Formats: sequence, C-alpha cells, structure tokens
Amino acid sequence: MTAPTAPLPTRRRRTGSRVRTPLVYAAASAGLLLMAAPFLWMALSAFKTKRDLTASPPVWIPTTWTLDNFHALLRQLDMARYFLNSLLVAGLVTVCNLLFCSMLGYALAKLEFTGRSKVFGIVLAALMVPANLLILPLYVLMNGLGLVDTYAGLVLPFAANAFGVFLMRQFMQSVPDEVIEAARIDGAGEWYIFWRIVLPLVKPALATLTIFTFLGSWNNFIWPLIATDDPGKYTLPVALATFANDPNRTVGGGGNGMLMAGSLLVVLPVLVVFAALQRHFTQGIATAGLK
Amino acid sequence: MSLTTGPAASGAAVTKTTPEGAGAGRRPRRRPLGRHTLHGWLFSTPFLALFGLFMLFPIVATLLMSFTDFGARNVTRPLEAQFVGLDNYTHLFEDDRFLTALFNTAYFVVVGVPLTLVLGLLVALLLNNGIDRARTFFRVGFYAPVVTTIVAVAVVWRFVLDPSDGLVAGLGAELGVQVPDFLGSPTWAMPSLIVMAVWRNLGTVMVLFIAGLQAVPTEVREAARLDGAGTWQELRRITVPLLRPTLLYAAVITTIGYLNVFEEPFVMTQGGPSDATLTVSLDMYREGFNFFHMGYASAMAYVLFVVIMGITVLQLRLLKDNTR
Repeated sequence: MTAPTAPLPTRRRRTGSRVRTPLVYAAASAGLLLMAAPFLWMALSAFKTKRDLTASPPVWIPTTWTLDNFHALLRQLDMARYFLNSLLVAGLVTVCNLLFCSMLGYALAKLEFTGRSKVFGIVLAALMVPANLLILPLYVLMNGLGLVDTYAGLVLPFAANAFGVFLMRQFMQSVPDEVIEAARIDGAGEWYIFWRIVLPLVKPALATLTIFTFLGSWNNFIWPLIATDDPGKYTLPVALATFANDPNRTVGGGGNGMLMAGSLLVVLPVLVVFAALQRHFTQGIATAGLK
Repeated sequence: MSLTTGPAASGAAVTKTTPEGAGAGRRPRRRPLGRHTLHGWLFSTPFLALFGLFMLFPIVATLLMSFTDFGARNVTRPLEAQFVGLDNYTHLFEDDRFLTALFNTAYFVVVGVPLTLVLGLLVALLLNNGIDRARTFFRVGFYAPVVTTIVAVAVVWRFVLDPSDGLVAGLGAELGVQVPDFLGSPTWAMPSLIVMAVWRNLGTVMVLFIAGLQAVPTEVREAARLDGAGTWQELRRITVPLLRPTLLYAAVITTIGYLNVFEEPFVMTQGGPSDATLTVSLDMYREGFNFFHMGYASAMAYVLFVVIMGITVLQLRLLKDNTR
C-alpha cells in the first residue's frame, strides 16, 4: 500500500515474465533442437549399420553401434593426411595473420606517420573485395610461380587479412599512450615496444584473431579446391567434397554412412574448439560489427 | 592549434596529414607519441606487400583478362591472350546459362536475406528477453552452424534431404505425407538451399542483434511500457528503429555473403537439376576452371562485383537513418 509509483513497472514486468518465461524457454528449446537436428543426425548416422541407414521409418539411435563406416572411409580416403594438411595450412595462416595484422594494427593505432590514413583506406577497401574477383589471375600467378600444389600456394594469399588488421587496430587503440611514451623515454626500440610491451597487453584480441583465422582457414574451400590438383595436398573440405561428388565411390546406403563419418571427422574439431573458446567469438563479432 | 606544446611543429603537421585523428580528437592536443614515418611504413610493409601481390594485382588482372580471349593455353603464356574488347560482356547477356545463374542468385538473395534477418532478430529477441538460465548454452547452440565447415554441413544436408534414405523423407512417410525429392526437383532445389543457408547463417545475425539489443537503454523501453505500449508496439516503434544500425550492417554482410554463394550448390546439387541451382559463382568456377574460358569467367566476376557494390551502396542509402 505504501509502495510509491516508481517500482510499478518493474513489478508489472516481473509478473508478466513469470507467465511468459516457460513459453520463452519452450520456444527457444524447440528452435535449438531444430538447429541441432542435422548435427545429431550426422553424428548418430556415422555409427549406423547399412540396415539402420536405409531403414524406413528412419532410426535415430543406431540399433547396433558400429565403426564400419569409419573403417570404410579410412580405406578410401587418407583422412590423416588431409587432416595434417588442413592443420598445417590453418596453423601457418594463423601465425602469419597474428604477426602481420598486429604489426599494421599497431602502426595504424599508435604510430603517427605520413600516409597513415591512406593505408587505413586500403585496409577498409580490402575488407570488401570478394574472393571471386581474385581467383582467376591468382591461379595463373601461382602457376607461374610454381606454387600450385604447394603449402605456400595455399597459405600466402591468406597470410594477411584486412579484417584482422581492423580488429587489432580497434583493440590497440585502448593501449594507453603513456605506456609507449615511457618505454620510449627509457630508450626502448620500436620493435621492442611492439613485441614486448604492446602485444602482451592485447592478448584477448590475439586470442580472438587466432580463433577466427584458424576456423576461417580450416573451413576455406574454393581456393584450396583450385590450387590443388595432387590429392596429397588436399585439405579436409576439398577431400570430402571431391569424395562426396564422386558417384562411383559413395552410391547407396553405405556411402551415406561413410559421408556422415567423414563430415563428423571434419566438423568435430571445429565444434570442440568453438565450445571451448566461444566467449571470444561474440567479443570479436561485436567489436568488428559495431565500432 | 595554438595550444600545441612540446613537439609543436610535428604536432601541427600531423593534425593536417591525418584527418581521422584530427576529427576524432576535436580539441587540439599534444601528440605524445611524435612522428614515426619510417617505422610506420616498416610495420605496414608485410601487409602491403601481400595486399599488392595477392589482391591489388589480381583485381587489375581480372579486369584486363575480361577484355581478352584468355584460355587454357594462356595459363602458361598469359601475355599471348588476344584483346577482344567488350565481346565477353556482350556474350554474357546473350548467354542463357549466365542469365539463369543471375536469376538464381537473385532468387537466393531476395528470399534468403530477409528470412535470415527476420529469424535472426526473432531468436535474438527470444534469447534477450526472458532467458536468464543457460543463456550461453542457447547462444552457443544457435551460433554453432556458423563456425562449422560448410562443405561438411552441405554433405549432411544432402543426406537429410535424400529422397529414399533421408530424415525428412522418412518423417514424411511416417506421417503419411509424400515428400518431394527436394534436391532432385527444379522447383524445390533452390528453396532447400535457402533453408540450409538460413539455418547456417542466422547465428551471425543473432549475435549482432543481441549486441545491438543490449545497447538499447532499459529506460526507453520502460517508458514505452508505462505509456501503455504492448509487446508488438514496443517491438515496432522502439526496438526495431533503435536497431537500425545493426540491421543495416547485418543486411549488408548477409547480402554480400549470399551473392557469392558457391559451396552449397557445388556440394548439394552441382548446379542442377537442369541448372535450377546454378549460381553466378558456380558458373564462373566452371567456365574458368573446368573449361578454362578464363577471359569470359573474368567478365562474370566483374559483373558480380559491380552488382555487389551497387546493392551495398543502395542498402546503405535505403537503410540509413534519415531521422537525424
């Protein structure tokens, strides 16, 4: 009775949400189930026998769990090789990006130099260029340099991403000028300041950049498809797509089992990395999108 | 300007040469860091070298190639390609396959982008209002398809939509419904790809909208409620207008992504049945790397690029906040 008028909206909202909450959870859970269904179907189908795979009505939980699909897949595809190729290419691309993007990000955020705004303009323009516009002459160039079917050919075009520069610049702007100035007064060289003082201060940004770059490279498809003819240099997506589009090898119910096993092997590492480091994703997207 | 102390001369010069710094700073302030032109350029060199070789050069080369008959033999001898003027471009618009690809890409974008945006907004609103427990769990779940390898996901969806052993056909049979052969039918193949793209990309839009929603001040909504606004009114009159910058950004990146669609038709339908899912990127890939009509494919790349630029500029104009 003595309650003033101000808390009224809060109270009203609370009673409103009490009724609404179970409905919201039900809707969100239903949506989530729909989102997860293809993944569940993939993961379960990878362990199904041929009989379960072709069963009608469809069987969700395998009646007999089997590793046959994985054995059959590994007999046909050198998955370990493709896995190592993907890992090596994504690893190298990530290391290059961490170094080159933070170098330029540092220069753009903290070094006053003639032409800085022009360089930043180039970075912003590079953000908008689609891969389709580059791949035709890039193939001719790589062929001329003898880099088709080499790791260098797969890594170099992605070694410095404009998005990474942008991200690092945003984060490095928050490093206080005083820190850099103090180091300079103490006689520290420019490289020392960058490497020993600024980089350790932006570790969260480096983590974000690592995840985005690594997964981007791991999932990359069109360039590795073009830049490799030798199956020994295929990355996982190229190997999987080539296999999936070869009707001689994947026809029939057993083929689907192998393909689900293959997809699981490609997707699982990504999902594990993502689940472990998910908080860096939202941070990165929010930073890149809203500043 | 008169306040510049310390390295006054360089400070004034810097203010002139870097408009962004001057604009952001507004008040004339001392530049504590001084000028470092040599180091600035040294730190820029790796990026600029890679940019020049692997981006600037190809952009120019694609344009030049689009005016030549660049073919398979020119891969090893690029300078021997013959100049053909605008022939590639005029042929493009008489090429039924390319026009089909253009139409299919437009179909994919016009239906796919609004669906992705609306569903992304819906999920963001759902997760932002009333989900307190397990909030991270829900967000991670909706975002997970974004990070997964598109090729693998396309292979999975191909199986889910398989007419004989697939999940959807099986569930349909159980309910006594005759489900169409989604990827084998010219009518249903494109909608199937769109549904998959929406499923895969709505997480990105959701994350953007959640970040945007959290920037909407609570007071504004409470004031609206006090004035008697219902949920729908609040959404339409308060939330959506305040989300305009986010909506703009999400619309632009989704549209650019969808205009370049390649992996989904490559893996799921190979452009078929009868070119029903042939997109511009896929057509370009085939002309360029299966038939090695690289000059012709370059012209396609430029047409697509001009379309992308045009639509991006148009969206920036249309969705820009004109009320301020």
